[in-house]
Formats: sequence, C-alpha cells, structure tokens
Amino acid sequence: MLNSKDILSTIRMIDQQHLDVRTITMGISLLDCCDPDPAAACRKIYDKITTSAEKLVQTGQDIETEFGIPIVNKRISVTPIALVAGASRTGDYVPFAQAMDKAAKAVGVNFIGGFSALVQKGMTEGDKKLITAIPEALAVTDVVCSSVNMGSTKAGINMDAVRLMGEVIKATADRTADRGGFGCAKLVVFCNAVEDNPFMAGAFHGVGEAERVINVGVSGPGVVHHALQSVKGQPFDVVAETIKKTAFQVTRMGQLVAQEASARLNVPFGIVDLSLAPTPAIGDSVARILEEMGLEVCGTHGTTAALALLNDAVKKGGVMASSSVGGLSGAFIPVSEDEGMIAAAQSGALTLDKLEAMTCVCSVGLDMIAVPGDTPAATISAIIADEAAIGMVNTKTTAVRIIPAPGKRVGDMVEFGGLLGSAPVMPCHTGSAQDFVARGGRIPAPMHSLKN
Amino acid sequence: MRAIVTVIGKDQVGIIAAVCALLSEKNVNVLDISQTILQEYFTMTMLVDVSQATIPFAALKEALAAAGQDRGLDIRIQREDIFDAMHRI
Repeated sequence: MLNSKDILSTIRMIDQQHLDVRTITMGISLLDCCDPDPAAACRKIYDKITTSAEKLVQTGQDIETEFGIPIVNKRISVTPIALVAGASRTGDYVPFAQAMDKAAKAVGVNFIGGFSALVQKGMTEGDKKLITAIPEALAVTDVVCSSVNMGSTKAGINMDAVRLMGEVIKATADRTADRGGFGCAKLVVFCNAVEDNPFMAGAFHGVGEAERVINVGVSGPGVVHHALQSVKGQPFDVVAETIKKTAFQVTRMGQLVAQEASARLNVPFGIVDLSLAPTPAIGDSVARILEEMGLEVCGTHGTTAALALLNDAVKKGGVMASSSVGGLSGAFIPVSEDEGMIAAAQSGALTLDKLEAMTCVCSVGLDMIAVPGDTPAATISAIIADEAAIGMVNTKTTAVRIIPAPGKRVGDMVEFGGLLGSAPVMPCHTGSAQDFVARGGRIPAPMHSLKN
Repeated sequence: MRAIVTVIGKDQVGIIAAVCALLSEKNVNVLDISQTILQEYFTMTMLVDVSQATIPFAALKEALAAAGQDRGLDIRIQREDIFDAMHRI
C-alpha cells in the first residue's frame, strides 16, 4: 500500500496549499463552419460547439469527485474566428462572438477563447473586420475572450496591427467603462502565440491542431512556496531541485486528469501546460515564491533572477511527468490575480519597467496590468511593441493584457472580482511615442529567424 | 476500482469501527489499514476496493463525509490513481 505520509502530503497540498487543476480546455476546430451566409455560419458554430462540448463540464465534475482534486475551470478554445468568418459576406463580426457566447453558456463553461486573428505578417480583410469588432464583441458578450497575434520571431512585428491594437484596447475599455474596463481583461495581444494554450484569455485552437483536443493546465504556486519554506537559506541548487520535484508531482497529477478526461470524452489528449498560475487567494501567489527565495519584496533587485530560476525549474521538473508538454508552461505574473504582486505594486516596489524585465524570463508577458484611463492609445501601442520585441528577439511567447481603466488614476484600485482579482493602477512613462507608433509598417524579423 | 479513504480528526472511541461499518454496509472491501496518532490527531488511511459497492462513488463520498461530520472528523475517499501518479514513478 501507499505510504500514509505520501497520502497525507497530497491531501495537505489540496487543502492548505491550493493545489488544483486550473483548467480543462477543449479545443474545437470551426474550419468546417465557414459559410457565405453569416447567419448560417453562426448557427453552425453554435451547433458544433454545443455538440462537441456537451459533456465537458459534467466530465470535469465527475473527475473532480472521484479523484478529490479541484478542477477550477472548464473552458473551450476555437479556431481563430477571423479564419472562419472571413468566408462570410458581412462586415460585422459581432454576431460570431455572440454565437460563441451563447454556445459557451449552453454547455456551462466559464470562458471561450478564439475571437482571434493571426496578423504577424499582414492583415487579411477578415482580420481587419475582426479587430474592428473586438470592442463591441467584448462589451456585448460575457465569456468570450479575444486575442491577436501581431508578431513572431519568423515574421517580425506588424506595426500597423500594433497601432490598431492600442486604439482597440482603449475603445474596449471605454465600451466597458461601467465595469472598470473589464473588456480588456478578456483581450490579449501576443507575439509568438502558441496554438495549444489552455489558459485564458489567450487560448485559441490553432489550425495545425486536430478536429478536437483536450488540453489541461495545472497550477500550484502555493505548493511550490510551501516546499521552499523547508529549504530556507540553502543554496540555489537546492532551491532548483526542490521546485523541480514539486513541479514533477503537480504535473503527474495534471497528466492523470488529462488522460482521464480525454478517455471519457473520447477526444484526443493534446498537452499539459505546466504553468504556475496564481490566484488572488492568500497562499497562491508567484510573488511570494520569489520573496521566499530571499527578496524583501517582489520587484526589488534580484527579482528577475529569481523568476528565471523558477520558470526554468518548473519546466525541467514537469517535462518528464507528462507525455506531451505544451502551451505556455512556466510562471505567470498577472498583477491583479496575484496577492503578492498586488501588494508589491501598491507599495511602489513593483513597477511596469521591472515587470517588463521579468517578462524576458517568465512564460508570458505583461499581464492584467491597470494603467490610468487617460493613457494615450499610442503609449499602449508602444508598450505592446516593447513586449513584442522581447518575444521576437528571445524566441519566446510574450503578451500584453493591459487595462487603461476609465476615469482611474495612479494609486486607484480596479476591481474585477473572482480569479481576475483587483488591480492597482500603475504609472507609465509620460513621454510620447506618437510619432514612433504612427510610422506603421513592419519591424523586420531578427537575424536568427533565418535558420533554414 | 481501488480507492483511498483518509480519516483525520481528534481521537475518540470507535472511529475505525464506525468507518468500517459504513463501508461494509455499502459492500466496500477494506484491503489495508494504516493508522497513527499525530499530536492528538487521529489519522487513518485505508485502501479499499469499491468495484462491488452498492452505491455510486459520489454517493459513497457523501455518506463518508456526512458520517465524519457527525463525529467532527474529516473523512474523504479518492481514487488510488491520484496518489500513485504523484508519488510513484
């Protein structure tokens, strides 16, 4: 029989250290839903989603009951809608978002991702229509998430799209001003977006994927934090080993859940995403892990090095525990969703510039950051361009999910509630980037994109 | 299907008897028991076979939790696979 100590350690991880499966995400291809008639296309989209994911939520709950492990979210990702809607004779893509919203609610998932466009090298007519529709689409739907990939190591950075997205983010915030600019929490701008990411708001079902697929995102910042408390003062080699062991255990649990869900739903297993995704709950923070390594506060000097070690050790520990690792896999640093990050930002120790440095070594990018409502669109575009440059040059995924909170000033708080938490409004630089952003065109791909 | 029952709480007379009686009533076979007292806290882990159980897994889980609540104990049942996955290669 299993060792009682091991059994009780798993139970403690679940009860006291917030161990959970963060999401089971079903990817669904909508490529067969294209139709010249937009109403017919929306009908096909609704039907395909509701038929494919009919049992997703129930299956997640069953697994939760039997294994005693919380599965926090059940979600859906679909083919980037710009590719599907592009076939329809219409200029208005909002109904496609509404069809997604309705279908997601019918099957009971809490988010659906894929109101997306991939424009790293250029924009099709469909891409332009989709990007234009984003502010309205996110205002009139509840659970639809949107993402736009506007750069890659291979293609460079599409600065026309970057300029456009600054304006779209501002418009999205204004359209949802009554909810603190909540629409922007459902909108991500990527460089090097991945096709199998199970996490929102950036999930979409890539065109290289199968008809349907099950991807699972595991979490566990609390478990890692707790494990590090037992190696206080010891060298970094020990810290790295401790994180690796913990990540291995957490990922094995995720792999088991993924296989079980895949078998029960008769949908192929895709990947396990080994991300440390924090929540606003005490004891579930990535910032507190960095502080446990010896930093007085997250954001002070040393934070980037600590995060680099954490991100790397999580991958190394997890990679052997799953047959297929993918998605973003690393440590997330969403400010509003992390109790320690919120505290650090409020105290002024964690700044936008430091966060930008941290995104060079974390799994994604500037995430869930609130800035003053009067931040110009060009400044937001410039923030996106900086972040995309980091991703492009370092061959990694970077993203920006930023909320120019309407009517809010530096120091105010914006409440989103639930897992999205609350964000302190952070200052950005006030020097204008207007002329820089206005140039448009494309920033060429770096030399190391020419690998063939 | 094999599962692990864990019982955690303040030590008192008749814990094992009560849990075993409930499991027997539902036709759940006990394969192994390990029990210890840690700082006045009673902790017991049992390996059980639920393949012949007379009620569904979810109902058994609820029945155990309810029985625990009456005595101020935390009783849960989880499939063995989760512990195997996390602690064995």
